[in-house]
Amino acid sequence: MVPESYYVTLSAVLFTIGVVGVVIRRNPLVIFMSIELMLNAANLALVAFGQRLGNLDGQAVVFFVMAVAAAEVAVGLAIIVAIFRVRRRLSVDDLSLLRW
Amino acid sequence: MAHAAFFIVAALAIGSALGLILRKNAIHGALFLVVNLGAIAALYLMLGAEFLAAAQVIVYAGAIMVLFIFAIMLLIPGRAEAGPDSLGRARRLALPVAGGLGLIVVLVVARAGGPAASAPAGGVGAIGRLLFTDYLFPFELTSVLLLAAMVGALLLARRRA
Repeated sequence: MVPESYYVTLSAVLFTIGVVGVVIRRNPLVIFMSIELMLNAANLALVAFGQRLGNLDGQAVVFFVMAVAAAEVAVGLAIIVAIFRVRRRLSVDDLSLLRW
Repeated sequence: MAHAAFFIVAALAIGSALGLILRKNAIHGALFLVVNLGAIAALYLMLGAEFLAAAQVIVYAGAIMVLFIFAIMLLIPGRAEAGPDSLGRARRLALPVAGGLGLIVVLVVARAGGPAASAPAGGVGAIGRLLFTDYLFPFELTSVLLLAAMVGALLLARRRA
């Protein structure tokens, strides 16, 4: 049986990689995918801790995180497509104003 | 045996995550992310969360990644990272800062010890019972959230008249 701390450590490493991706990349789609990576790392930690504590609440929370992530991706990609239609360029450095 | 399987899947997950953030091509990044999501689904299986493993493959690797690849194909953002980098000097600090962050997070979570309880009586039935009893209200809220996201995405992606 693999100890839960291994899973949680792996989750921490994946979360850190996601943070690096958000910081070093300029393509909003890649930044978005790095955010998904961080969400998944958090999910993995939740499942591992739920296993350690011996109840299913962690898995129920992961279910809700998945639903929220799906909603977030739908709205976020729609926003990126709308921005691209107006600006014709796709780099987060160009987007420094909160207006159209 | 279990350890070997865990380390193989963990190496796959970390390698594909690094591929996602280091490859210039966004499509390659998306395919690496699919591998990563599959590896995490395998880890869910090892943790005894069969329902989440199936949901991970269907919702993430299926629906969400199709949406991502569709958006990448639609936008063809190949030139997104061409041109001068106005934040180049700040970005060079990313690696040391991230290394420090990773070290802190790993140190904190690795100390989270305590006696392991007995494994939960898992299975899809038990999770379904939990979702429809203790978590009934959040579960219903989820449907409202998904509806709002659907309407919002339609509104945002609509062509302006």
